[in-house]
Amino acid sequence: MTQLRVCRRSRTRFVLIRIAAVLITSAVVLVHNAHAEGDEELLTSKADIGTAGGGLVVAQRVEPKTLNPVMALDVPSREVIWRLMADLIHINRQSQQTESALAKAWTISSDGRRYTLALRRGIHFSDGHPFDADDVVFSFQVYMDEKVGSPQRDLLFPGGKPIVVRKIDAYTVEFQLAQPYGPAERLFDTIAILPRHILEKSYQQGSFPETWQLNSRPEQIVGLGPFRLKEYVPGARAVLERNPYYWKVDRAGKKLPYLERITFLFVGTDDAQVMRFEAGETDTINRISPENYLALTKTQNGKYQLYDLGPGLEYNFLFFNLNDIGQKFPQISGKQVWFRDLKFRRAISYAIDREAIVRLVYRGRGTPLWQPVTPGNRLWLNSAVPKPQRNLDRARDLLRSSGFSWAQDGTLVAPNGERVAFSIIVAAGNASRVSMATIIQEDLRELGMRIDIVPSDFRAMLDRVTNTFEYESALMGIASGDVDLNSDTNVWLSTGSTHLWHLHELRPATPWEAEIDRLMQAQSISTQFKDRKQLFDRVQELIADNLPIICLASPNILVGAKVNLGNFRAAILEPYTLWNADELFWR
Amino acid sequence: MLIAIHAVVLLGEFIAPYNYAVQNREYSFVGPTRIHLIDRVGHLHLRPFIYGLRYRSPDDVEEGEQMYPIRFLASGAEYKLAGLLPTKTHLFGVDQPAKIFLLGTDQYGRDQLSRLLRGGQISLLAGLLAAALSIGIGLLFGVIAGYYGRFSDEVVMRLAEVFMVLPWLYLLLAVKGFLPLNLGPTRSFLLVIVVIGFVGWARPARLIRGVVLSAKERNYVIAARGFGASDLYILRRHILPQTAAVVLTQATLLVTTYSLSEMTLSFLGLGISEPVPSWGNMLSSLQQYHVLTSYWWMFAPAFPAILVFWGYYTVANSIQERTQ
Repeated sequence: MTQLRVCRRSRTRFVLIRIAAVLITSAVVLVHNAHAEGDEELLTSKADIGTAGGGLVVAQRVEPKTLNPVMALDVPSREVIWRLMADLIHINRQSQQTESALAKAWTISSDGRRYTLALRRGIHFSDGHPFDADDVVFSFQVYMDEKVGSPQRDLLFPGGKPIVVRKIDAYTVEFQLAQPYGPAERLFDTIAILPRHILEKSYQQGSFPETWQLNSRPEQIVGLGPFRLKEYVPGARAVLERNPYYWKVDRAGKKLPYLERITFLFVGTDDAQVMRFEAGETDTINRISPENYLALTKTQNGKYQLYDLGPGLEYNFLFFNLNDIGQKFPQISGKQVWFRDLKFRRAISYAIDREAIVRLVYRGRGTPLWQPVTPGNRLWLNSAVPKPQRNLDRARDLLRSSGFSWAQDGTLVAPNGERVAFSIIVAAGNASRVSMATIIQEDLRELGMRIDIVPSDFRAMLDRVTNTFEYESALMGIASGDVDLNSDTNVWLSTGSTHLWHLHELRPATPWEAEIDRLMQAQSISTQFKDRKQLFDRVQELIADNLPIICLASPNILVGAKVNLGNFRAAILEPYTLWNADELFWR
Repeated sequence: MLIAIHAVVLLGEFIAPYNYAVQNREYSFVGPTRIHLIDRVGHLHLRPFIYGLRYRSPDDVEEGEQMYPIRFLASGAEYKLAGLLPTKTHLFGVDQPAKIFLLGTDQYGRDQLSRLLRGGQISLLAGLLAAALSIGIGLLFGVIAGYYGRFSDEVVMRLAEVFMVLPWLYLLLAVKGFLPLNLGPTRSFLLVIVVIGFVGWARPARLIRGVVLSAKERNYVIAARGFGASDLYILRRHILPQTAAVVLTQATLLVTTYSLSEMTLSFLGLGISEPVPSWGNMLSSLQQYHVLTSYWWMFAPAFPAILVFWGYYTVANSIQERTQ
């Protein structure tokens, strides 16, 4: 679904795992209700009390690429890994706020640059080895090491300078930042705390990126998450068992998790996932397409419940190749004259029937978009951005005022006499994006443009978009990893690695790109929510106004689970369903 | 029957009530329109009629109250009959704003019947042209190899073997990779035909070579050569007529094979590109589970395809029987 996230590591690294920001005033102290059992400082879950036992079966489309949390980029890997791992401060996927995890409390200095975290005492890794500040220091060292090449590394360099991590005592760690960081403690979410006693050797030998692969021995993979790996059968399944050393308890003081096992089955396709769920072979399902959601509703037999969580964070968009390609592809650079013409892009935006996209592609379970923030992101959405309805007359006026005209047979003719025709490249594997392209093709035909749709293998498409620049326009989607818009910095900064329409800009190519750069930098060091919101509002306006990407629509997050699964609370933040796997139980 | 199907397909745009590309965005995946003779209050109408559709939500479109009689030789979108005569007359239609979808609609609300007929033109034409191309090449090489023998025989036959082992699917992928992105529907159609036809010449060439080889040893050929007839004369007068049976049988078989190849390619998204329909890319929506389970009318292109293939095989059979 989030096509962009199935990425490869290359020079232009796609860091789409985003960490984010929140409403933090200058200094906050949070002390969570710590439950002491012996000398263990455990966290008490607020969820309903359940009964222990049973297992959960989930079907996943493809198998993980790695089990190494530092190296994992793709959704399938992270889906499994994050049941095994834990972070210091965690973003609650439902409330979208940060909450205590391995750090029981933290303080932020008044200048916003120093974070002091107090760790839980007396807790253990899944192999029984005790956890302390050395593991934290080691983990950050690994994440920030250039030789390791973690895709999350950039996030730990706010303002381009590394975070200095210092151990104060066995259970206190201090993080010193070179400049204040807007998203504040959201930084710590999804940074896995690694077992130093297991991994230090391979790290020092330089073989860290190759450790914890799919063929590693299960008992070697040790973490602080609610489950631990029991068995991995390549291509077939991963079986996770309950971690008896987990650091959360329920309100009755009983150790979590409730479930004995989680089994991930790798079934190959979305449709296979749906069929397994329909047959009752799997217990929860993530990312159901709107069509399959409909099919499931029809066959619903009271055994499972489907949830429409409303718009998620994914935005789909059309963009033109605005890269400086010189004379490499004369045919494309000829058309770039139109693509660079703002009136041309606006005319296209006016001509696209977004309502039809929502209706035909998402069967009504989606939202039309005019900006890269969806209504699902209530905190950051700039609702003042205009949402003009489809207006072909307006589109024609814009084209006419830019020197375009129409031939006898109705085809659009560019100022240079050429007939307007261009191609849209789209990932062939993503049926909904191919459908969007087909709708746009018909919409733009009404303006007299000839559009060729080029369904292409995802990797081939990414290669054209990020390396060779041999494309005219492309239809893609991005799913932000967090509600905080700082997570999309790579897309908006003119130097960003995901600044898709114009990569490797030496200096901002347009005044508005320069303004976005300034705004993004300003928000990243501001710690006031109000200020940051204002800055982001302006970014959204600039994008909607200048249309480097023409936003189209956002699908609702559709999930399902068996009715007797307790504490099932799906959220629009990834991983949607299993984020509270430690609290799930069978009624 | 084969002729009937071809005639229907050839006159497709006349029979089709709508243009194949027009999207009715409120009527996505609407089932076949029901034709009524008796209205809701029980009155009998001599002229068949339909009820107009009412849109409620993407998955809730139902018959409304308004009745629309079916009009024959109705006026509609302009087109060229059989590619020649510009006209607006369609076999049947209903008054605006009602729509008649005898085979339902696809995801974009396009009339399946209109697409089916247009798709038939594409798929069958692709089969015929590709067959003609590969028979043409096959005949040329087969005759050269069979008649001149020795060195040219060796070269041509080894080349044929190379072509026989070529994985055409990957070849097409590779060819597509090299071509510019904005390949219009016409050019991508021609590309498909050329690739299929060009890769497939080896088998007919081998068969023709065999026939030529045996024909040139006949006494009358040797006699003609003794009288000083030129190669061209002998080929034209004595040898090519011998190959007619093989060529005809092969051609009929190849049409089906190549139509099917085109359908396979389009089914996989490598052939004819949207919005132009072919039986293959129309069926490709069945790859999606929800279409497969919920919208049975999307299977429609499979049935004429089966009939056409069966028809061609019957013809091939009878040609073979007659010539033996």
